[in-house]
Amino acid sequence: MSAATDHDEAHGSEHGHGSKKSYLVGFALSGILTFIPFWLVMAKPVGNPGMVAILIILFAVAQILVHTVCFLHVTTSGEGGWTLLAYAFTTVLLVITIAGSMWIMYHLNTNMMPGMMTGEVSTTP
Amino acid sequence: MATTVPHAGFDRDTFHLVEEDAHDHGSAHASPVLLGFWIYLMSDALLFAALFATYGVLSTSFAGGPAPRDIFELELVALNTAILLVSSITYGFAMLAMDKGRQTAVKGWLALTALLGMSFVSIELYEFGVLIGEGATPQRSGFLSAFFTLVGTHGLHVTVGIIWIGIMLVQVGKHGLNAINRRRLTCLSMFWHFLDVIWIGVFSFVYLMGMVR
Repeated sequence: MSAATDHDEAHGSEHGHGSKKSYLVGFALSGILTFIPFWLVMAKPVGNPGMVAILIILFAVAQILVHTVCFLHVTTSGEGGWTLLAYAFTTVLLVITIAGSMWIMYHLNTNMMPGMMTGEVSTTP
Repeated sequence: MATTVPHAGFDRDTFHLVEEDAHDHGSAHASPVLLGFWIYLMSDALLFAALFATYGVLSTSFAGGPAPRDIFELELVALNTAILLVSSITYGFAMLAMDKGRQTAVKGWLALTALLGMSFVSIELYEFGVLIGEGATPQRSGFLSAFFTLVGTHGLHVTVGIIWIGIMLVQVGKHGLNAINRRRLTCLSMFWHFLDVIWIGVFSFVYLMGMVR
């Protein structure tokens, strides 16, 4: 039991589950980073849909990073760096899977099924 | 004697001796369980990557059916996003209370987190019910199949998280904040925050992008 108490004091708020401050900062940042993209889509202050799409992606990436640092407490030193390494590796696989699938399928649709496409692609000779 | 002891109990004892010993030497997280659970979460992220890729490919395959613009209610999504975000910080407060050893506070924050999770799932089920009532069923088009699979899988994860919180409320009530329960609560914390990260992807790429397109 005394070992457990020592562990508490040694653990403190430096690492592990983070401090109250890190949760509150994360919550505030996430709130802002959530509000802006919803506002962009619902109030339509920006006319160009492509620009809005890019902004949505940027805000999503920023918020994921905020959650990773403030809520999931991924640091360079956690578990001797293995947590961060696994996270980075997963991110690489995630990007390859999603971007690769969409890229390949878009080109398949464009090049092989022109009659079935709607809009801009059907004009290709 | 040692050979007749049931293995599970024996291993558990050994495990905790090792854990506490390592903590005394000042290493951050000596328990291999936390890293193992993290690896599980990363593999779960890959599962979601496959579902996001499927949705990305099928998101314009309407088959003459409804498009996102026709069926999505952004107000509901915004409400759900807010609920999940607040539940993330209430779970964070449960972890802070756990660090201080305040059992009642831990249980209170956990119960609040579970209630928020239940509101989230209820609103999502309501949304699904409305969609299906309008004829926007998973069978209607490739877009809707991918949508229900992706959002439904996330909702299922949240449901499992709520059940896990319920189990932990019983465990903490029965055995207090011992080393095993602390470890489990830490794993659940990662799980819960991870689901919020996935939801960022869902509301950004499914709902918001769908309304823009």
